[in-house]
Amino acid sequence: MAVQEKTGAEALVDIMIEEGVEYIFGLPGGSAIPLFDALVGRNIKLVLTRHEQGAVHMADGYARATGKTGVALVTSGPGATNTVTGLFTALMDSIPLVVVTGQMPAWTLGLDAFQEADVSGITYPCVKHSYLVKDVDDIPRIMREAFFLASSGRPGPVLIDMPKNVSGARISPKADTMQLPGYSVPKAAQDAEVARAATLLAAAKRPLLLVGHGAAISGAATEVRALAETLQAPVVNTLLGKGVLPETHELNLGMLGMHGTAYANKAIIDCDLIMSIGSRWDDRIVSKYDEFCVNAVKIHIDIDAAEINKVVKVDLGIVGDAKTVLRQLLPRLVKGDTADWVRQTKRWRRDFPLKFQKEGKLRAQQVIQELYRLTGGKAIVTTDVGQHQMWAAQFILSESGRDWISSGGAGTMGFGLPSAIGAQLGRPGETVVAIVGDGGFQMTLSELATLFNLKIPVKILVINNHYLGMVRQWQNLFYDNRYSGVDLEGNPDFVKLAGAYGIKGFRISRSADVRRVLKAALDHPGPALIDAEVEQHDNVFPMIPAGAAHKDMLLGPPRRVLEKPTGGT
Amino acid sequence: MPAEITGGNGAARHSISLYVANKPGVLIRIALVFSRRGYNIDSLVVSETEDPGFSRMNIVATGDRATLEQIIKQLNKLVDVIHARDYSYEDVIQKELALFKIDCAPERRAEALQVMEAFKAKTIDLSERTLAVEVTGSSEKLDALETMLRSFHIREMVRTGKVLMARGEAAT
Ligand SMILES: Cc1ncc(C[n+]2csc(CCOP(=O)(O)OP(=O)(O)O)c2C)c(N)n1
Repeated sequence: MAVQEKTGAEALVDIMIEEGVEYIFGLPGGSAIPLFDALVGRNIKLVLTRHEQGAVHMADGYARATGKTGVALVTSGPGATNTVTGLFTALMDSIPLVVVTGQMPAWTLGLDAFQEADVSGITYPCVKHSYLVKDVDDIPRIMREAFFLASSGRPGPVLIDMPKNVSGARISPKADTMQLPGYSVPKAAQDAEVARAATLLAAAKRPLLLVGHGAAISGAATEVRALAETLQAPVVNTLLGKGVLPETHELNLGMLGMHGTAYANKAIIDCDLIMSIGSRWDDRIVSKYDEFCVNAVKIHIDIDAAEINKVVKVDLGIVGDAKTVLRQLLPRLVKGDTADWVRQTKRWRRDFPLKFQKEGKLRAQQVIQELYRLTGGKAIVTTDVGQHQMWAAQFILSESGRDWISSGGAGTMGFGLPSAIGAQLGRPGETVVAIVGDGGFQMTLSELATLFNLKIPVKILVINNHYLGMVRQWQNLFYDNRYSGVDLEGNPDFVKLAGAYGIKGFRISRSADVRRVLKAALDHPGPALIDAEVEQHDNVFPMIPAGAAHKDMLLGPPRRVLEKPTGGT
Repeated sequence: MPAEITGGNGAARHSISLYVANKPGVLIRIALVFSRRGYNIDSLVVSETEDPGFSRMNIVATGDRATLEQIIKQLNKLVDVIHARDYSYEDVIQKELALFKIDCAPERRAEALQVMEAFKAKTIDLSERTLAVEVTGSSEKLDALETMLRSFHIREMVRTGKVLMARGEAAT
């Protein structure tokens, strides 16, 4: 008997193995059975999640922590639609993912067959690229392209919709050469542009480097440090640029923007040149576009040409990979005379430090700061979205871009726990802490079961204020304290809940207990949950109300009710 | 003749040519780039090219120039788009075809035919009370004819949308 050719699903798994995939996160269903079947006995670990959103966020956390491409596998219809939030989250933050969705047999497409959904149609705006596979012989090429597209250039999620008859069909051996004539990846910048950047930088008296996620993705930490130190230019980082230059570095002023440090935002107001390295001038950092750095020269390095002049008009746009472009730039730099400017930023740092109230009820900031101290800045921290996320961004000083994992562009509640699971699988042996709010945690807490099964030591710190805190803050500041839909009454007892999943629970309710309990939880060899019962009505400061100018930053609670913000959320 | 017809809010008409991979979904991906920015597509022509693996699209859309520049960059970012370019400000060969069916009683027929003559429009159907013509040319010429024919009452009009091609040795 002749040797049977492999199935499409088997070919798909072969390529995943060749591409170095260690983990697949997912949940099966009828249309995906051939795909799951092909994983049996293969050298890829399948992590069964409790929800498809969790699967995509796990793949995402894995990708952010390792720099490799994360992979998720789900079934058709509702399985596929459950991935949409995860795809959007990954697209907004440029995360390399390959998401394979099982699909009903090709001949049923468009006929409303059971669990047949127009997955391509639903996901077009949420992916870097996508495929609907119709011919089994295309699988090798499509898989190669998918991994290449996901991870190259500006990374992003790629979706492959795989009808059951295709994944189950026998493949005839065929080349897997990629065919991507419309896709090119910028690398180096033109010499003239680099020369111009060097001239502008040399002329600046008060230069400022704005470091974004692009710098982290490109692995440009060494170059960013060299640039900052040579120019003696202070650095501010975005939420996702945290740690590219260690936040303990004396030139790093920390996060800028809506809830950034006062000193970072003051530097924005006073700089005479700002150079963005892989930041897309998001509204969280720019706030009021027509008053943003109006008198400063603006340079923008980005691998995505569509980001140049998208929202902020720049004097010089350089399309290229951050690391490569900085390497071209470094030899041309002259040491800047910026001593006065650096001294000024240091005065701001001294005069307007991050602060919080130490008396009275337990404060979230204290818990987070203590966690930072106990882990010596060495932990991988993931967050959910809300007040706790901003406090974590302020009080966890990141040492590396891959140690800080947070949903930035999408602001997806529910991201914290699953992304921590993915990060821990990608980097076993390291301390991983998910800092989550009591609201967002409940959006994906079913993944506690996944965590328990994996027996990995992820720690979950629930900053429990019994509110959808960030929304409550807005209603408090801008809506005359009229609370609507923010009281999380009916929350479960999180310690008991953890116990029900076989996960050790801890509780902190007094300042005096913070260090001891956190230490016990961190020392616990398995997964653990810490429920920190914090002050319910605390607000995050500094704050630049959405759409306001940086000069209108609030350093603490205002004395009057504020106008409703002009910006979005 | 200015290629740009300026309306309110700095809105102008733009002629965009795209060369794209002939794959399912490519049209939606392109349409989504426009619709997400609230940019209206006035006409859209998709056709085969000399190479069966690729299609050409011609899009005429109205909106401000800065937004369009951004849209062009986003179109070029699509994996299936080989290139996208705004030709509004360039001298290129541009053609469009239109069919008009107008009310035309016998007593106005001579007048109608005179108009058609001036625009080199070809009569393609005639009935007791109607006249149908075909006309080819620049979109502006078609617009002008349309204005003239209003006095007859246009029963139906259909236009193919603009197609364009670079002149001489230049590739579109
Ligand atoms: C999926 C989703 N739904 C709604 C929001 C809007 N939102 C932003 S922050 C926030 C409150 C989060 O509350 P919680 O998780 O308790 O964190 P806290 O702000 O209290 O730290 C909400 C509802 C969101 N970002 N994501």
